[in-house]
Amino acid sequence: MNFLSLFVLIPLLMLFGLWLAKEQKGIRTVMVVGSSALLALAIALTLKFISDRSGGATAEMLYTASFVWFEPLHISYSVGVDGISVAMLLLSGVIVFTGTFVSWDMCKEYFLWFTLLSMGVFGFFISVDMFMMFMFYEIALIPMYLLIGVWGSGHKEYSAMKLTLMLMGASAFLMLGIFGIFYGAGGQTMNVVDIANHTGGAHIIDFSKQCIWFPFTFIGFGVLGAMFPFHTWSPDGHASAPTAVSMLHAGVLMKLGGYGCFRIAIYLLPEAANELSWIFLILTATGVVYGALSACVQTDLKYLNAYSSVSHCGMVLFAILMLTTTASTGAILQMLSHGLMTALFFAIIGMIYHRAHTRDIRQLNGLMRIVPFLSVGFAIAGLANLGLPGLSGFVAEMTIFVGSFENADTFHRILTIMATTSIVVAAVYILRMIGKILYGVNQNPEHAKIHDAHWEERFAVICLICCIAGIGMAPGWLSELISHSVAPVIDNVKTVGHLISQSNPFM
Amino acid sequence: MDYSQFLNMHDEISLIAVIVILFLADLFLCGEHKSEMASKAMSLLPSGLLLLQTAYIASALICPCGNGIVDAFGGMYHNTPMMTLVKVVLNIGTIIVFLMANNWLKRPENQVKEGEFYLLTLSTLLGMYYMMSSGHFLMFFIGLELASIPMTALIAYTKNNQESAEAAAKYILTALFSSGLLLYGISLIYGTCGTMYFNELACKFDTNNTLQLVALVLFISGIGFKISLVPFHLWTADTYQGAPTTVTGYLSVISKGAAAFVLFTILFKVFQPMIEQWDIIMLWIIIFSITIANIFAVRQNNIKRFMAFSAISQAGYLVLGVMGGTAQGMTSLVYYLFVYMVANLGVFLIINVTEQNSGKINISDYNGFYQTNPKLSFIMTLCLFSLAGIPPFAGFFSKFFIFMAAFNAGFPVLVFIALVNTVISLYYYLLIVKAMYIMKSNEPIALFKSDSYSKIAIVICTLGVVFGGIISCIYGYIDILSNLSYGM
Repeated sequence: MNFLSLFVLIPLLMLFGLWLAKEQKGIRTVMVVGSSALLALAIALTLKFISDRSGGATAEMLYTASFVWFEPLHISYSVGVDGISVAMLLLSGVIVFTGTFVSWDMCKEYFLWFTLLSMGVFGFFISVDMFMMFMFYEIALIPMYLLIGVWGSGHKEYSAMKLTLMLMGASAFLMLGIFGIFYGAGGQTMNVVDIANHTGGAHIIDFSKQCIWFPFTFIGFGVLGAMFPFHTWSPDGHASAPTAVSMLHAGVLMKLGGYGCFRIAIYLLPEAANELSWIFLILTATGVVYGALSACVQTDLKYLNAYSSVSHCGMVLFAILMLTTTASTGAILQMLSHGLMTALFFAIIGMIYHRAHTRDIRQLNGLMRIVPFLSVGFAIAGLANLGLPGLSGFVAEMTIFVGSFENADTFHRILTIMATTSIVVAAVYILRMIGKILYGVNQNPEHAKIHDAHWEERFAVICLICCIAGIGMAPGWLSELISHSVAPVIDNVKTVGHLISQSNPFM
Repeated sequence: MDYSQFLNMHDEISLIAVIVILFLADLFLCGEHKSEMASKAMSLLPSGLLLLQTAYIASALICPCGNGIVDAFGGMYHNTPMMTLVKVVLNIGTIIVFLMANNWLKRPENQVKEGEFYLLTLSTLLGMYYMMSSGHFLMFFIGLELASIPMTALIAYTKNNQESAEAAAKYILTALFSSGLLLYGISLIYGTCGTMYFNELACKFDTNNTLQLVALVLFISGIGFKISLVPFHLWTADTYQGAPTTVTGYLSVISKGAAAFVLFTILFKVFQPMIEQWDIIMLWIIIFSITIANIFAVRQNNIKRFMAFSAISQAGYLVLGVMGGTAQGMTSLVYYLFVYMVANLGVFLIINVTEQNSGKINISDYNGFYQTNPKLSFIMTLCLFSLAGIPPFAGFFSKFFIFMAAFNAGFPVLVFIALVNTVISLYYYLLIVKAMYIMKSNEPIALFKSDSYSKIAIVICTLGVVFGGIISCIYGYIDILSNLSYGM
């Protein structure tokens, strides 16, 4: 058994432990021990990966292992990681760990579904078999229904149903895309690396077939990555979800979309990616601007952050489609950075809501004097969101825009400039909100009585702030880790890009 | 005539033996004044004997002699290991149904006719056995009738209940009508080909012969009625609602599964030259079955009626395996049947115990069910998730594989329509989950303890739902057998 499988095994043991646990104390112990183990494992994996890479391990995927699962259908249980998945696993580890502390008072069933969701997320990032990826993707989706529907707030039933159905609808597209890729490549292997490198019985997928299946695959994952115009599940879902679920959802689950687009759509269908990326570039660029503008007019804190997420996640897909190494590295950095800062944002919004019983920007005022700790955290999250240098957002967005501008043609440049405007808009909505709710004069006597964060909440917030600042101050090691793994994919796309005719009217 | 040929029909002969033993036992054990012992024996005997019989026919699968193909009576009877496997699967389902029925049969109004339930059920099962193992259209027709007529008696089992009687009347009328169609189709085949043996027919078909095309259409209609595919589904909702819940469970899984399997084998074996024609017919039937049933299911409130529409759409997914007539399709069809059986019977088990204990059968009655009966509602959720195709439950695997088979056979558009429909089906399955977990109720169904027979059955179904997919050797084994029988 490969040690990567521990990422699935530990949540399984946690589920078992939760099932046996009797009181709140037992549940908390299981969750804290389990999520700490996962975080420790993720950190250990990162360190080992970096040292092995610098030690000369050049294989595309490290620590691979494969067991035949469904022999007649060529489905196997295959795991392996490259720099991108290592970064994502680290992110998931941090979010699950802090999410546990944020949902300190929840009951047993909540944690059961929460753990199942984490299992899906971790499993997705370690798998290199398309069937496995798809399975874990769906495992991560379905707990959302109950988590939002039972423990959420507001229009929770509507939001939960909408979210589940839209994402399952996307997975219908995705499943067809997977079949298309599998049979298009000869129907001999489901292994992503084999299909990409035409080994293990896989051959090159016909160009015409690629062009059919690329949109299916890209939309399938893109919906989860909040691609415009399929993003509508995301604001409702985030606004209704309980705090830790919003964190996990915006922080990790939406990253499954970006990761999948990169790992399956772009990696396995490179020719179609060259040919059709312009359609999706227009959509994602629209999404980036649209999300930012929508955020300006929101009055609910969670909706504001959700629309800002649409904008930022749109930027991830936008950068991936730019098909340059720098932009794609930026995309992965943006996934990390967005995951951390949105998680922080949602955590603090949840804590404020829990105390003040409102998330309406118009009713919150002068929190800085009342709850200084939460307010400072809130301000930091906001600043990271608008891309202040020294915090993670800046690093990611800089890399994305520099990378996008490497494309010399007018079409890509115009879109890049369009997307850049979202940074300005972000400053508008973030600064206005911070000014309003932190520095105004408090008018509600009820709000004067609320107390600051508890120890477990402080702990979670500080952890997240450290990570955000850490990436912001020292991004070098991460971007090196990522770009090393991004490069082969993009090189692959570029080589085939020169071979096919440029029938695109915009290029 | 060589009477020893009868002995070649291991599966059927052993089932007949079970029926005879049960008949005698019923004669001696059941009466007006039943002792405690006799009552207990009558509950254990049918399931126990059927289990033994299952083990007996399964033993032939584990160590097959030769290629495992058995012929008798000059090809009238034809059995392959694959058929035996399907029989084993149906037997397991029937055992679960017996366990489910036990408590209900012990009610005072049913006690006098307890034995009949088992005998009638096993007779339909025998009919399905012959239907599957037939090598001749006459044999097939007799099997089909043997499977239908006792079924009517089962549906009318609670004859004093008006709904039950109505359901039975609807069933028998439509069953006879579809049998008529089927017979007419068979007579056209005989008229144009001069034979009714399956292995002689295949080479006698001519795609330009209109009479034979009509025969194909009539055959599909007749069997479509048994599987309750749209547009032959009109009896389903009323019959499912009116029949006793255990019989509904049996009807929705066992009789449907056997018919779907027979549809595949006959299309594959007999109508092979007309593959292009029947692919088109089946394509539209599947699209309509899945879509129409899904749309109707959304608006139901009676849970049995709801399950009827769910079963129609599931039948549509099941016969996706028929498309293209490939060995892969066969494998995924049988695998789908197995997974669908455990999940659907799991749902019916819970509907049944709830109905027995509280008398409630509406979806809105399930509001707040999780608060009062957390374990049952959790298992119900697992089974519904499996029906909807959510991993890691078995239903996900079976759906994935059957879609894969249809895609490989060259029907990507059909697969896409079916996939979009899974989203609709997820919606209505989630409505029940929502009722149980999210909705509040002023008078939820009170906590009750289910009887031990139902508990055993629930455990079997839960194990099947949870492990039926992850354990890959089940699919692998079916695949070996199906390649043996249907490989090119």
